[in-house]
Amino acid sequence: MTDTRRHLLAMDDVGADDIERILETAAGFEDVVERDVKKVPTLRGRTVVNLFYESSTRTSASFELAAKRLSADVVSVKAAGSSVDKGESLKDTISTLNAYRPNIIVIRHPQIGAAQLTARWSDAHVVNAGDGKHQHPTQCLLDLYTIRKRLGRLDGVKVAIVGDVLHSRVARSNIAGFQLMGLDVTLVGPPALIPPGIAEATGVRIAEDPAAIGDADVVYVLRMQHERMEPGQNHVPSLREYASVWGVTARRLRPGQVVMHPGPMNRGVEIAPDVADSSASLIGEQVEAGLVVRMAVLYDLMTRPGVGGVIDLHERTAERGAA
Amino acid sequence: MTRLAQRNLPAADVLIRGAHLYDPVEGVDRTADLLVRSGRIVQIGEGLDAPPDVRVVSGAHRTVLPGLVDPHVHLRVPGQEHKEDCASGSAAAAAGGYTTILSMPNTDPVIDSGTTLEAALERAAEGAVIPVGFLAAISVGRAGESLTEMRDLAARGAAGFTDDGSPVESPRLLRRALQYVRPLGLPLALHEEEPSLTRGGHMHEGAVSATLGLGAWPSIAETLMVARDIRLAELEDARIHLQHLSSRGSVEEVARGRERGVRVSSEASPHHLTLTDAAVRSLDGNVKMNPPLGSEDDRQALIEGLRSGVIDCIATDHAPHALHEKEVPFEAAAFGVTGLETALPILLEELVEPGLVPLATILRAMTEGPCSAFDLERPALRVGAAANLALWDLAAPWTVGDAPFKSRSANSCFLGRRVRGRCLLTIAAGRIAHDETDRKAVSAV
Repeated sequence: MTDTRRHLLAMDDVGADDIERILETAAGFEDVVERDVKKVPTLRGRTVVNLFYESSTRTSASFELAAKRLSADVVSVKAAGSSVDKGESLKDTISTLNAYRPNIIVIRHPQIGAAQLTARWSDAHVVNAGDGKHQHPTQCLLDLYTIRKRLGRLDGVKVAIVGDVLHSRVARSNIAGFQLMGLDVTLVGPPALIPPGIAEATGVRIAEDPAAIGDADVVYVLRMQHERMEPGQNHVPSLREYASVWGVTARRLRPGQVVMHPGPMNRGVEIAPDVADSSASLIGEQVEAGLVVRMAVLYDLMTRPGVGGVIDLHERTAERGAA
Repeated sequence: MTRLAQRNLPAADVLIRGAHLYDPVEGVDRTADLLVRSGRIVQIGEGLDAPPDVRVVSGAHRTVLPGLVDPHVHLRVPGQEHKEDCASGSAAAAAGGYTTILSMPNTDPVIDSGTTLEAALERAAEGAVIPVGFLAAISVGRAGESLTEMRDLAARGAAGFTDDGSPVESPRLLRRALQYVRPLGLPLALHEEEPSLTRGGHMHEGAVSATLGLGAWPSIAETLMVARDIRLAELEDARIHLQHLSSRGSVEEVARGRERGVRVSSEASPHHLTLTDAAVRSLDGNVKMNPPLGSEDDRQALIEGLRSGVIDCIATDHAPHALHEKEVPFEAAAFGVTGLETALPILLEELVEPGLVPLATILRAMTEGPCSAFDLERPALRVGAAANLALWDLAAPWTVGDAPFKSRSANSCFLGRRVRGRCLLTIAAGRIAHDETDRKAVSAV
């Protein structure tokens, strides 16, 4: 079995102490990114592979930059233009990259469980940078970092996660991580976009009334993921109707509420442009937090007691052979 | 008349000495010797003489059960022999104590014509160590548009008709099939799934799918089709056999149909009887199948249905796939799991041993049930009958996957599980199909 503590695969595997330690480390990296020379030698001689099977701007850029700021050697592989185009299986791609003995593999993949399989098939520490609709744990960590930085606390903060929860890996990671840190989570959206069984599974509250966002300290807006919606599913009648009923607009917010969004945004659909650009918006802070939090995650995996650091390849290979 | 094909192996001459003979359908429950000569059971009694040319096998602390019958196997013949073929699939069946299996027509090409059916039966006659029958498709190419030539297929020995792997989506086509097949007396075996509700689905819709984010497959997709098809069978006074039921609602619909006198038989699989959607948390492709594993409530309903007889067949839906078709992310993995070699052992461990279902009920559903649904001769521990039986060490514990499978594929959802019951010897239609009697003292391990 995969030792989940060697990796960051899903927020369900992480403890509150892990989160505290990573957020603290991230705060410590703030001054590095503000310096004139934005680099520390922490991961010198280590290799980080960024393997992206899905398009990404902020996640891939921030992981690459995070690794470079820590002086690691970075290889970025995009599915387009690689052997994946020639039909290579995930297993073969991972085996190939593993032959270069990377210390960390960061993977984004459109299919659920791809990061778990990467952990099984490689000797590296694996960071899940998004696997289909399943998990996106570094997004959750940077969101927690952003909330604490603005509100000064996590425990008891009321969050309304609004919109397309069904297709959202961000929502799944955030529900798990937010609840672990004592935040109070309500899902708000049209019923067809709230996964059946989610309340039973997690204990979140569900509100089918858009006005429910009024109770929240943080309004967390999800992107409408048209690309994951199959034709004819009719989750909502139209984007126009979705925007008019569920879109987060200035008049639906009350003073003191903050608004977050994992990006990329569909302006005018789930979020009104003026809200995105307002002082209530933490969207820019989220992007900034992404860099230091991802630096902290890479650092943490290499130094975590008992499981971090340089991997004994012989031991790991023997372990996999026995499994 | 259903044709069963088997390799022309020599007829067995075997004396099983001092075994517990157990055949609840036949009313046999005693310790005795059982003599098979030229492939027939010729004598059952105490202290039988061993004729000189007969092999004597010790039955001490062992049990002779009637051969099991699986009405739902994918031998992958013709066209997908990289997953399984008649030799490997029938050897897997024999190792699981089966003496007759029926194979599904969702092959490449589809068994939808007399010539493909005959070709498949020829392959079985060359390779199968136990008798193998084939169902033919209901619709040409399983495309759900036009009926196959069912009279011709029946004349050439089809065991029934099914578009298994897919539902018969059109109620009009199913109605025509029911009308056409009624005078032939053969059952239609139906895979129940309303496709508009399962599109993009990879696992049961519930708390587990909600947290994993996997495309969800609601139970109602099965139940709606079960209800529809029972009504259609009732309307046309035809026989239907419902494959691999997985949900409470479906069991309830079958029970209601039976009360109204509809001629409906039904299956549950060992995996649906012993596992739930919680197993999918592993994201292991080997727990992906169609229909998907249901909730604990669904599983309980299947167990109740088996006990009450609403579910009268246990069928493995043995669906072999090559490693590279399963060692991929869950959504990319093929649907289906193997099951022939583990069926009775997992049921002994999970249902019989804890006292949930009596062994007699399980055996009925693995012999009498499928034989009556498909008009097959029931394997019986009876003097004069063809020898269709297996010698078991029912207490022997073992771990699935420790020894290699006889099946060409290893996509079992029970890998690593402790089970009990080792099949030591299988005689199918009078021929030795599986022989591990030289494995000494398995239960002592």
